[in-house]
Amino acid sequence: MAGTMNKMTLAKALNAGLRKAMEGDPKVLLMGEDVGKLGGVFRITDGLQKDFGEDRVIDTPLAESGIIGTAVGLAMRGYRPVCEIQFDGFVYPAYDQIVSQVAKIHFRTQGKVKMPIVIRIPFGGGIGAVEHHSESPEAQFAHTPGLKVVTCSNPVDGYWMIQQAIASDDPVIFLEPKRQYHADKADIDETADASSIQPLFTSRVVRPGADVTLLAYGPMVKTCLKAAEAAATEGRSIEVIDLRTLSPLDMGPVFESVRRTGRVVVAHEAHTNLGMGSEIAARISEQCFYSLESPVLRVGGFDTPYPPSRIEEEWLPDLDRVLDAIDRTFEF
Amino acid sequence: MSPEIGAAFGPNLVEVFGPSQADGGPELIQLLTPEGERIEHPDFSFDLDDEAVKGFYRDMMLTRRIDTEATALQRHGELGIWAQLLGQEAAQIGSGRALRPQDYVFPTYREHGVAYCRGVDPLRLLGLFRGVDQGAWDPRENNFGNYTIVIGAQTLHAAGYAMGVQRDGAVGTGDPERDTAVVAYFGDGASSQGDVNESFIFAAVNNAPVVFFLQNNQWAISEPMERQSRIPLYQRALGFGFPGVRVDGNDVLACYAVTQAALQRAREGSGPTLVEAYTYRMGAHTTTDDPTRYRLSEDLEHWKLKDPIARVEVYLKRNGLADDEFFDSVDDECEALGVTLRDGCKALPDPSALSVFDQVYEEQTEELAAQRDGYAAYRGSFESEGVA
Repeated sequence: MAGTMNKMTLAKALNAGLRKAMEGDPKVLLMGEDVGKLGGVFRITDGLQKDFGEDRVIDTPLAESGIIGTAVGLAMRGYRPVCEIQFDGFVYPAYDQIVSQVAKIHFRTQGKVKMPIVIRIPFGGGIGAVEHHSESPEAQFAHTPGLKVVTCSNPVDGYWMIQQAIASDDPVIFLEPKRQYHADKADIDETADASSIQPLFTSRVVRPGADVTLLAYGPMVKTCLKAAEAAATEGRSIEVIDLRTLSPLDMGPVFESVRRTGRVVVAHEAHTNLGMGSEIAARISEQCFYSLESPVLRVGGFDTPYPPSRIEEEWLPDLDRVLDAIDRTFEF
Repeated sequence: MSPEIGAAFGPNLVEVFGPSQADGGPELIQLLTPEGERIEHPDFSFDLDDEAVKGFYRDMMLTRRIDTEATALQRHGELGIWAQLLGQEAAQIGSGRALRPQDYVFPTYREHGVAYCRGVDPLRLLGLFRGVDQGAWDPRENNFGNYTIVIGAQTLHAAGYAMGVQRDGAVGTGDPERDTAVVAYFGDGASSQGDVNESFIFAAVNNAPVVFFLQNNQWAISEPMERQSRIPLYQRALGFGFPGVRVDGNDVLACYAVTQAALQRAREGSGPTLVEAYTYRMGAHTTTDDPTRYRLSEDLEHWKLKDPIARVEVYLKRNGLADDEFFDSVDDECEALGVTLRDGCKALPDPSALSVFDQVYEEQTEELAAQRDGYAAYRGSFESEGVA
């Protein structure tokens, strides 16, 4: 591939993507708690206030509803706010503004008022944190008409998807797997032509296979790729799909895969009950009923509040629980 | 607290912490008394002529007619519900007429008089209450936002919009065509909402050009002021770091003068102001409410004596500023408006059931388009069978 390759973590890639979006459009603003001098508690906005100024990288009061509510007003004035919610569990004070205003204003005004707002939320567990810092609220937003919900699983997607989300004229809940922020590096070609990049609201086969379709997104993609590797040593060929977009869902590649494999496992950290897996299972059963060799199985967080961190690795779906579900699809 | 513990802090704990409200109590800025007398105020004056006062009279009469006509339309089953503004005409016309075209208004669902001032077709207000749309006017045409039903939510939108105004360099330039203020309307009930308090904070720390226009009509459905606050609401502003004033909300001259000053303060870059227009909800919360269950009829009788329109009529008549011809022509206009609203309301078309699918997103999703097509085909199946 031509161009200049830079090795970046997901955190650096998101930072570079935000920088690119801000350079490209003076209406793009960043706002949130500690996003200025500190660069955010995860350093995703590191250095951006220094380069773009306090008017474009705004340290807000510590009030999540205020962050999203003022972003609505800024969007009505023609700006494109990118809001950082510091942690998943802190989004709920803003829930009313997100669900009752951000999601509904386009509909309420019959499209006269657009809401080009991105709400970035670090989500998921595995960082040894205290309560409210490890949650997976994606289904609550995917259930809300008017919002679009996406999540990146790797640095390359992080770099491009954040720019695509900012370019979207619809509000986007942008979920970032916080455990992956500083985990792995990947080569990113920042000079690549944006039009050659895979569109935002699409899923992608990240490992081809023939026996079982394994669906994941965000932090679980890495786990599922490892599970597929492990299964391969036992002679099982697992196709892994990174869903990337949770609302809308891009089910085309999923249906195509399931019609070949006949077996499906959906994995996510979120509570299993009414999680994304439930909707995905329903859609597969509607569209691929005669291709299925077994029921669609879900591997998710348990239906309890997120546990104290010393037992979180047991609570979170891991490689073995994914493999166990794969095994169970062969019992039918 | 036991006497022993109290003694450790001295004889009087009130002295330790100081008073629980600002000095002075609730001073009410008034320029036209309920009896129709013009009075002076040391800080605020009404700087328009009597033609403008006649204009305000006409505005308030037409606004009241919109309100009574819509109430009647609800009684006849033409509207599902109506949020009445009876008694709040002066607060809305006074503040609404102080606005410039470039200013932007974020209303609740009761700002029919402000909507009228902004040039929104009153018929458009009815659609929301008839259930044919959720506010069909274009906010960009009149700089008048859509009605917000979650109380207080719009105050944050106002603060954010004002932050955008600042970033556009449309504050403090000295150019009267450019400098822009934003008005957030809300009520005494909403003042308890977190969003209103957060909007005070965001506006204050950003020194944003916002006027918080609080119509204290003293009733949040059935809950009186005592359930919302221990201090006069305008005094809360100081705790957030900007000034608050209380104006007679039934005095259109004072509402105009005070709002104009607060707007000017915002436009010149001096930051937010809280204006508490002290008024009274003479009607019900909405047409489904029954105030006789929770408030005394004497209260209403007392406030009828302070009617915002009657005092202007007395002022104009007593001083020979308007003749019968003027009052008759306003009455005729009200009659004509009534006919327009009645006929127009009944003629408002129901939306297409399929239209909902196309208004959710700016960029339609395949899955929602598929749901639409599926439902269209389902409906079509009835038509092809000749059922529909």
